[in-house]
Amino acid sequence: MNAVPMEFHEKKVGEELLSRGRVGMWCLIVAESAIFVIFVAAYVLYIGKSPSGPTPDQILTVPVITTICLLSSSITMHWATGALRKGNLIMFNLFWIATFALGAIFLGGTAREWHHLIFQEGFTVNTNLFGTTFYSLVGLHASHVAVGLIAIGTVMVLSLFGKVRAEHAERCEVLALYWHFVDVVWVVVFTVVYGLGR
Amino acid sequence: MSPGSLLRRAVSLALLQTISCFAAFAQKSPLSPTNIFAPDSTPAHSIFRISAFVLEITGAIFVVVFSLIAYAVIKFRERKGDEEFEPPQVYGSNQMEVAWTILPVLIVVVLFLSTAQVIHRVQDAPPPSDAIQVTVVGHQFWWEYRYPQYGFTSANELHVPVSDPNSPTPTYLKLLSDDVDHSFWVPRLAGKTDLIPNHPNSTWIDPYQAGVYLGQCAQFCGAEHAKMLIRVYVQNRADFDAWVHEQQQPAVSDPAAAAGSALFVAKTCFACHTIRGTIAAGTVGPDLTHLMSRDTIAAGALTNTPENLRAWIHNPEAFKAGSKMPVIDMTNDELDQITAYLETLR
Amino acid sequence: MATDSISLPLPKESSRSVFMEWLCTVDHKKIGIMYIVYALIFLVVMGIEATLMRIQLSRPDNTFLSAEAFNRLFTMHGTTGIFFVAMPILFGFGNYLVPLMIGARDMAFPRLNAFSFWLTAFGGLLLYGSFFAGGPLSQAGSAPDVGWFAYAPLTATAFSPGHSTDFWTLALLVAGIGSIGGAINFVATILCLRCPGMSLGRMPLLAWMNLVMGGMVLVAVSPLTAAQIMLMIDRYLSGHFFDPSAGGSVVMWMHFFWIFGHPEVYILIIPCFAFISEIIPVFSRKAIFGYPAMVAATTGIGFVSLGVWAHHMFTIGMPSYGNAFFVFTTMVVAVPTGIKIFNWLATMWGGKIRFATPMIFCIGFLFQFLIAGLSGVMLATAPFDWQLNNSYFVVAHFHYVIVGGILFAIFGAFYYWFPKMTGRVLSEKLGRWHFWIFLIGFHLTFDFMHVPGLLGMPRRIYTYEPGRGWGVWNLISSIGVIFQAAGILIFVYNMIRSYFKGAIAGNDPWDAWTLEWATTSPPPHYNFAVVPEVRSRRPLWDIKHPQDPDWKYE
Repeated sequence: MNAVPMEFHEKKVGEELLSRGRVGMWCLIVAESAIFVIFVAAYVLYIGKSPSGPTPDQILTVPVITTICLLSSSITMHWATGALRKGNLIMFNLFWIATFALGAIFLGGTAREWHHLIFQEGFTVNTNLFGTTFYSLVGLHASHVAVGLIAIGTVMVLSLFGKVRAEHAERCEVLALYWHFVDVVWVVVFTVVYGLGR
Repeated sequence: MSPGSLLRRAVSLALLQTISCFAAFAQKSPLSPTNIFAPDSTPAHSIFRISAFVLEITGAIFVVVFSLIAYAVIKFRERKGDEEFEPPQVYGSNQMEVAWTILPVLIVVVLFLSTAQVIHRVQDAPPPSDAIQVTVVGHQFWWEYRYPQYGFTSANELHVPVSDPNSPTPTYLKLLSDDVDHSFWVPRLAGKTDLIPNHPNSTWIDPYQAGVYLGQCAQFCGAEHAKMLIRVYVQNRADFDAWVHEQQQPAVSDPAAAAGSALFVAKTCFACHTIRGTIAAGTVGPDLTHLMSRDTIAAGALTNTPENLRAWIHNPEAFKAGSKMPVIDMTNDELDQITAYLETLR
Repeated sequence: MATDSISLPLPKESSRSVFMEWLCTVDHKKIGIMYIVYALIFLVVMGIEATLMRIQLSRPDNTFLSAEAFNRLFTMHGTTGIFFVAMPILFGFGNYLVPLMIGARDMAFPRLNAFSFWLTAFGGLLLYGSFFAGGPLSQAGSAPDVGWFAYAPLTATAFSPGHSTDFWTLALLVAGIGSIGGAINFVATILCLRCPGMSLGRMPLLAWMNLVMGGMVLVAVSPLTAAQIMLMIDRYLSGHFFDPSAGGSVVMWMHFFWIFGHPEVYILIIPCFAFISEIIPVFSRKAIFGYPAMVAATTGIGFVSLGVWAHHMFTIGMPSYGNAFFVFTTMVVAVPTGIKIFNWLATMWGGKIRFATPMIFCIGFLFQFLIAGLSGVMLATAPFDWQLNNSYFVVAHFHYVIVGGILFAIFGAFYYWFPKMTGRVLSEKLGRWHFWIFLIGFHLTFDFMHVPGLLGMPRRIYTYEPGRGWGVWNLISSIGVIFQAAGILIFVYNMIRSYFKGAIAGNDPWDAWTLEWATTSPPPHYNFAVVPEVRSRRPLWDIKHPQDPDWKYE
């Protein structure tokens, strides 16, 4: 009877290895999806209900470039984690930085769009019901992108210091899962705000 | 007659008997003027019938399951000398699971279908063209009643004509709110329906007997939600028509109360209240044109006596803290004069 | 004996103080105990709030409390009860028991676990901070007074000036994030950390039920968070979500709130089902009847309960088909709930029932939950609800579920697992006094509370007129409080006294069958020296009955 065995058994009889990180991230995704469902529902149910003020077709321009950037960042993220799993650190860093850059472009583009809406069009969260629902929904998504970027940025910095290696691939994949979720949400938000609403 | 239909006949007869016993008991010994089991209007009656049905079914379920649990607890208790043996381990039975799933499902289907029928009958009843129409507007913490067919507005005491079940003359109530959510609940006449800002609702009543029916706001609406009482005066047709005619007149203008009427303006009362026939046309507070035709003031918080009226005007906070009526600065004389003036508004 | 656990000498205690040890712990057992103690403190607080309200309501036209004070009390009582008593106590028991019962060493994310607890704890303090800081400038402070479901537009700045509503919103927002963290832990732990041999079909029902509960929290708490963010935007950024004059909808708040609110009450009852499902078999000396049906029923309840929310809104003027739909789903959810009652009954049937204190609380639960469920079926009948909604009948119904159901199950859980947590057994004698006195109080208060509802008394009124026929029933309900308070005092005394002087429990005082009884009482930090391996749902039964193990029959 020597050292107390302290490792966790991550294994059930006859089933595949389920990693805690992955399950935990899926749980978080479920919870976040629920919050987005409510904001999307409010947005959709309130379409056309503003008694006054600007309507979506009057002041919204479809953010094509930033959307392409964000969706591409999912692809680069996927390539990055694939490279890390194979131990190819150079490709990992390349694609990881690309992911960060593309995400940052998206966020910057959103900021630019909002700057234009607020300062040139005078359209704010309290202008009318459309303003309230638009800024909350897009803002909620943007805040999730920001949090993702902080996490990606942290890994990026650690990687530049040489701390990220192939055995961390699982953790990066868990983060990638979050990032893909954020992208899927954008597809929905984009469709509802710039497609349906206009 | 087949045994099946005989059984069905017997069961429905038994049900009807218990329902009418119940109703008779409730009517004869009214434990309360707001007893939901003493319905006096068609919607309340429909609700009562389905409620009695549900009570009977749930009562039967209760008796059966309660008895089974009580039996099990007594029969299978550990007795002296039993300590060492473990009873046979029974892990389950698919047949039992199926049986006690199917039976509840059948009960649910029966309950659902009977309920859906009543919902449709009460909610989707179209108003007949000769129905009395009243628009009820909920305020914090009083009720506004507009009679668009007759061209006047009153407050806090709703008058409707009695309705003969054989040739009904219902009153249709359109429900609006000026501020927060409220709910119109007069248990003996109908179920409650909420008054929600920007979300018009409607309900209807056709009371069978003349009299006063009580109720109150049933959706928490702020500080004095508890004192937003409802009084429905059901009158025979002649009395109702007389009341309508009286309400349609502009305010009585008694020269003896001229001083009070001037003060009513000077002290800014006119900014919140309407007295038709004068310059007072405010809509923040209740219409006072025929204040003295009411039994109560402050939405039922006080009986309408000169002492109460004076005390209320002097300090509404003392009776209904949180009421929107401010305390107005005035001398005792001024207070007497205003009260005297209001006392002329029959 | 095979049930002896291996006790290893513990490493030398560091010189850290006890306070710091608890403050910084990530051990699921300590976190569980902190949740439970926290909840018990707030249970006493909400009991005091209830007592004050019941004094006010004991007779008509009473002036013991002002309208404002009463309105704040019922808001705080409800909010505290749901978020700072029921949720934490159930998360506490779950945290303590789940890893032990699945043979794991801790939860999947110990630091997240601690973080979730401290968030919840902070939320409660924030809520009560409103007493000191919640009012507009003209007042020193005031608690929220908008009711625990805070309907719009009463919560708009126009109708709720000052910050009291914001304390409500922020406290629950923070606590909600804590709940989501806790739920992530439950789900990940149960799915990933079961010991070898413990397939999903072999884990204790408590694990299943916490899994379903965790899943429901993930889906149901976020809608409340979303609605509260919207409320804050309305209040502070002049948003229009719930602003009727700008096209917003007040009914939208109701939908979003109840989309959270209804599943929430199932989130509270399902862990209690877990306690009943663990205790009744042990004290009937039989395996739980119909394990797969219990799992299916619980999962069914979890899913269906997400679709019943508008039964809280039958009076708001939904179209008839809308009302009918929610009548249907609400009645449907009663079916799996009933199935569970039958399975518990069948477990006792043919058994050998031992009336230890945990068991008598569970039997009380069975009777009371039956009644609560049936009054729920009455409320599900929408026309009946048009009379009963927002009346004291509803108040009686949900207190029947929460006190008669949830609290009784929790008391059972305390008596059952206190020995495991502390190493000492609670006094059976005091337990019986606790049970009977509390039972009398519960029934006095809540049985008779149904009557004023049937006689037209709305809820949330600080006073009522004489002549309505409500006075005598209210007085009886208020008298019941005395007995409930006495029962709770006995319970607290029992816990304190037994902690110091109770009989030593040993590993397995109840001769039970699940893994937590295979280790010491209290368990060491690491739970099990050697990670167990199981072959059936009742591993200790297999060890104690080698000729007749469960795995031969499952």
